[in-house]
Amino acid sequence: MNQDELIAAEDLCTHYHIEYSFISSLHGSGLIHITSVDSAAYVHPEEIGKIEKFIRLHYDLDINLEGIETIHYLLERMEQLQHEVQRLKNRT
Amino acid sequence: MDFVDYYKTLGLDKNASADDIKKAYRKLARKLHPDLNPNDKEAHRKFQQINEANEVLSDPEKRKKYDQYGENWKHAEQYEQARQQSGRGHDPTGGFGGDPFQQYTYSSGDESDFSDFFESLFGGTGGGRRSSRARYRGQDYQAELHLPLTEAYRTHKQTLTVHSKQVRITIPAGVENGQVIRLRGYGGEGVNGGPAGDLLITFVIDNNTSFRRDGNNLYKTEEIDLYTAVLGGEKTIDTLDGKIKLKVAPYTQNGTTVRLKGKGFAVYKKDGEYGDLYVTWQVKLPTHLTERGKQLFTELSKL
Repeated sequence: MNQDELIAAEDLCTHYHIEYSFISSLHGSGLIHITSVDSAAYVHPEEIGKIEKFIRLHYDLDINLEGIETIHYLLERMEQLQHEVQRLKNRT
Repeated sequence: MDFVDYYKTLGLDKNASADDIKKAYRKLARKLHPDLNPNDKEAHRKFQQINEANEVLSDPEKRKKYDQYGENWKHAEQYEQARQQSGRGHDPTGGFGGDPFQQYTYSSGDESDFSDFFESLFGGTGGGRRSSRARYRGQDYQAELHLPLTEAYRTHKQTLTVHSKQVRITIPAGVENGQVIRLRGYGGEGVNGGPAGDLLITFVIDNNTSFRRDGNNLYKTEEIDLYTAVLGGEKTIDTLDGKIKLKVAPYTQNGTTVRLKGKGFAVYKKDGEYGDLYVTWQVKLPTHLTERGKQLFTELSKL
């Protein structure tokens, strides 16, 4: 991906009024991916929707990182199961 | 328009403290927040209700007004005018500021997230109390598109009207029932310069054929008469791509399935690739025999 298409994590923090440590800890937990270019951190635009959700969970609902990880995992499982149910329904 | 009991919405009594309201709201928000209940319209609706209740009860001025008029809210404006004329009214320009605690920023993208009752009593949509992190991406819109199976078989274009905007999309052949495609930037407008949300289209495939679809494969049952089953022959059947003539092998048993490679459903985003068609032969026995027919069957049975 072209570097121009990436979003600087610093800009993201200014935009959403959040600490870089939050973005960094999301990356540390494997919830998002950060790309390093010339020692600056960037995120892929595709990650924005996910990051906004994590911001809402953390800052609005007071859910800590471990809670966010658990919710994320369970929502993914729920989505997989919904797809499975849909696939089975489509067979009948 | 009905009176809305905000205390009841949050499960509180009228003497609840600011802290009680905050706790009750957060507890319910953690249960009903749309991020935690994707595609759950009921949870979304309840979340809007608790959000509205919190909007009023967490703001001392709004709460005061709400408590004051209660179920007589329809007469609130008259009372206000009378009070102001007598010099005892509150400042009509202020009152709705303050931010005792964080306000959730989620918006449904509907015309209003607040009830008619709220707007009648407080005016506007309560948007003045959004948090300072206000440059948000717009809301994703959800839409359903019904397609007959025969149309889902071919790549084609369709024009949709979403929130008064015309959107022309290409629907690739092979789309599945329940499949969702995302059109970036066709959702709600961003808040304070944030990017627009996306449009999520869920396909609902209506099966208007005699085929059963499972992924890329199609299944069909075809009847053949007893004589063709025993002696062999030909049978012309419909596929989604037209009619084809099939050979029926002699001594074909009832329930025999034959696979027709590449005559199934289009494979999603793989141009020119198709699944298989499985045809199950159902042997139809005669329901009526002439005397001569009976005689011949009797002779056959004795061979």
